[in-house]
Amino acid sequence: MKFGILVNEGPFTHQASDSAYQFTKAAIEKGHEIVRVFFYHDGVNNSNKLADPPSDDRNVVKLWSDLAAEHGVELIVCVAAAMRRGINDDLLAAGFKISGLGQLVEAGIIGDRLVTFGD
Amino acid sequence: MEDFEDNEFDGPIKKFMYVNRKAPYGTVYALEGLEVVLITAAFDQDVCLVFVDDGVFQIKKDQETTGINMKNFSPTYRALEGYDVEKIYVEKESLESRGFSEDDLVIPVEILSSAEISELMDAQDVIVTF
Repeated sequence: MKFGILVNEGPFTHQASDSAYQFTKAAIEKGHEIVRVFFYHDGVNNSNKLADPPSDDRNVVKLWSDLAAEHGVELIVCVAAAMRRGINDDLLAAGFKISGLGQLVEAGIIGDRLVTFGD
Repeated sequence: MEDFEDNEFDGPIKKFMYVNRKAPYGTVYALEGLEVVLITAAFDQDVCLVFVDDGVFQIKKDQETTGINMKNFSPTYRALEGYDVEKIYVEKESLESRGFSEDDLVIPVEILSSAEISELMDAQDVIVTF
């Protein structure tokens, strides 16, 4: 099955991004295809490479970057939501790209399921 | 709001439902959610909107937001018609429990019961909640 993933909350405050990551990883391991992961609302903060949690905590940003590196998952950050929150190309962690909301709609069209992780 | 141009995307048309659950101010979900609706319409998809719970406040008439230093974006809902987004539903229970009627809303809507909205949801390809 082809999944589109929508992440609507930032890292650490909400579990949404962690759950989305676990779901995405499990789907890939089961042989499913991830059309792309789209980050919206405060979800854009998942792409901030300056995130530096304590060493005994998981680094959500790095988990996503590693997933992109290992499996070529497309990580798209909404440009309008990112600009509002001060996220630009200089701040992007590895594997993330900034693009438009059309990428979310297209994920809904191409995918068999669009799965939202939010509040 | 940004200007959205018609997209060149040449693919299947799917049924998208956007479920608006939250008040227009206090969080950004309603405002940013509306942007997604407009983009989806620009992709020539079959779009409908549902307002439930505090989401019904989004389309309440006579919003006055100067005191909270927020832009009153409720007029944008009136632009939906220009994007051919005409299927707009409000959950009867949510509307009535807040003491509103159809006359209190900025756009024409179809009022449906919770059960009817549930049936409508079954018929969608993509449901996104904000």
